[in-house]
Amino acid sequence: MWNYTDKVMEHFKNPKNVGEIKDADAVGEVGSIVCGDALKLTLKIDPQSHKIIDAKFKTFGCASAIASSSALTEMIKGKTLEEASKITNQNIAEYLGGLPDEKMHCSVMGMEALEAAIDNYNTKKGGKRIIGEQEKIICKCFNVSEKTILKAIELNNLKTVDEVTHFTKAGGGCGQCKGEIEKILKDFWASKIKMNFSDMTVVEKIKIIEKILNDDINPKLKADGGFLELVDIDNNKIKVKFLGACSVCKSADTTFKEVVEKELKSKINGDIEIVLV
Amino acid sequence: MKKIYYFDNNATTRVHDEVKKEMEPFFTKLYGNPSSMHFFGGQVQKYVDESRKKISLLLGCLPEEIIFTSCGTESDSTAIYSALKVNPDKKHIITSAVEHPAVINLCKHLETQGYSVTYLNVNEDGMIDINDLKSAIRPDTAVVSIMWANNETGVIFPVEEIADICHEKGVLFHTDAVQAAGKIDIDLSKNKIDMLSISGHKLHSPKGIGVLFVRKGVKFAPFLLGGHQERGRRAGTENVPYIVGLGKASEIALANMQKENDYVRKLREKLERGLVEKIPNTRINGLKSPRLPNTLSISFGFVEGESIIMLLSEKGICASTGSACSSGSLEPSHVLMAMKIPFTHAQGTVRFSLSIYNTEEEVDYILKVMPDVIKRLREISAFNDETPQFENAKDIHH
Repeated sequence: MWNYTDKVMEHFKNPKNVGEIKDADAVGEVGSIVCGDALKLTLKIDPQSHKIIDAKFKTFGCASAIASSSALTEMIKGKTLEEASKITNQNIAEYLGGLPDEKMHCSVMGMEALEAAIDNYNTKKGGKRIIGEQEKIICKCFNVSEKTILKAIELNNLKTVDEVTHFTKAGGGCGQCKGEIEKILKDFWASKIKMNFSDMTVVEKIKIIEKILNDDINPKLKADGGFLELVDIDNNKIKVKFLGACSVCKSADTTFKEVVEKELKSKINGDIEIVLV
Repeated sequence: MKKIYYFDNNATTRVHDEVKKEMEPFFTKLYGNPSSMHFFGGQVQKYVDESRKKISLLLGCLPEEIIFTSCGTESDSTAIYSALKVNPDKKHIITSAVEHPAVINLCKHLETQGYSVTYLNVNEDGMIDINDLKSAIRPDTAVVSIMWANNETGVIFPVEEIADICHEKGVLFHTDAVQAAGKIDIDLSKNKIDMLSISGHKLHSPKGIGVLFVRKGVKFAPFLLGGHQERGRRAGTENVPYIVGLGKASEIALANMQKENDYVRKLREKLERGLVEKIPNTRINGLKSPRLPNTLSISFGFVEGESIIMLLSEKGICASTGSACSSGSLEPSHVLMAMKIPFTHAQGTVRFSLSIYNTEEEVDYILKVMPDVIKRLREISAFNDETPQFENAKDIHH
């Protein structure tokens, strides 16, 4: 039995804004009956102020899908499209006092329907979230694109395949795409570090380097009785020092090139300079 | 406290008052270990023996063919692992696509351990084809495991016929009879089933006790190793109170089976007829197959099962769903998928499973509440009969 909050139960039992606006200015549709949940969002928008005057939904899905849809409509009414477009799945979940982990995908569905509706209004093209050629489908069971997965990872700070499944349903069917999701996660977080290294504070830089030393480099050196220590950081220049057996080892140079430089450059980025002191 | 309308008896059942009473002395008075040499423990042994006798009468087997286990799942695992151990050169297993997770997930695991598994398909009424079984048996088939009755749909499989086929081909046959025991007249003296599993809490005794029947003469390898309990076939101190409880529950089930089945069937039929009459666009799953008298699997088009269960639960009604969202998995149940029930309906499936404790008033209450629950959810639903992409879905019966 799910541990739904009172707010979820309230929005499930007495959902707000059920229905379909007949002459809607924007329509957003996500999901399908095969996927187990689907949401059709219709909006009435003031042409001058771009404010959402009215919002209605129709949802096929479980209690938390219905509650998330109801919450979404309440949250966006009266907001401008600009303001509404900033609403994330986290905001929807927070509005409901939280959702069980396994049900977070319901809040993501709400966010996606809103995105699709805003797209529809801006482009006047299609009301459905169109997954075209440019969007690579990762999970074929639930038709989840790479874009959706990446967005969920970024917004919700997801680290494991199970988390991605909870938030997007990807991998929750036959499970064949789990390897691919794992790779997306790994690449995403690797690129995250690469992108931001030069913008990081010194403390952030130290933490990341220490983590790579502890997790990836020192376990390899430990077998030979040595280890590597971080000495200093100067912009993109990282100063390190061999200790233990490494400090007297003849092949320390090779180890430095083959292990230390390789690991740090691949994990952080190619532009950093590593200096042995 | 609000009244509970308990229609989830395939999940678990209420312990019978007489069963509870029969068990009580074994917690604080007769608490000895039956393996002990002294009189205090030794006197308990005869109650274990008596219980074994009572269960053997329910199953139509010999008392010594009964092994006590901790649950249905343990019985299933023990049976299948035993069959594989006594046939070390045979690496093939046959089961059905609609087995309980206790069997199907074990088989999936065994596939990663060098075994190959054939999952027999079912038709849209949830029934397997005996000819599929015949052609699936290979010289290296170690065991066939097919349930006696399905937990979700109540569909009853022809396990006695299957046992004959397996016997003829020299292949061991195991059946998970967890849902069948107490509801179907089981007489193991008249068929060739080699191994059979039952679970106590499905027939009004407590959770935590199961039985594995192993026919005399069938080669057996124990799953749990340790002490000499159960004549070396299942180590671990006997769960005496629960064994006694299951004995009593079996005695009651045997004495009342016909009467209870007639009673429960009448209620089920009233519920089934009433729901189909009052609510448009429904589908009874397994309708054309023989079914357990207590089980009703019914699908409601264009609504999702968890929301149905949650709204029913608000009204005090306990049922279960074959749909995904309630269980944490994301896909509809493997049973409904194997039956190729259209997605429009599979997602909105509810299982009502009855017992002797249900009454006609309770059925009337469900019939009163249910149409409104479905109507409300259909008003919210993004789909309906008119949704263009579902034109093909209209030829569903009912």
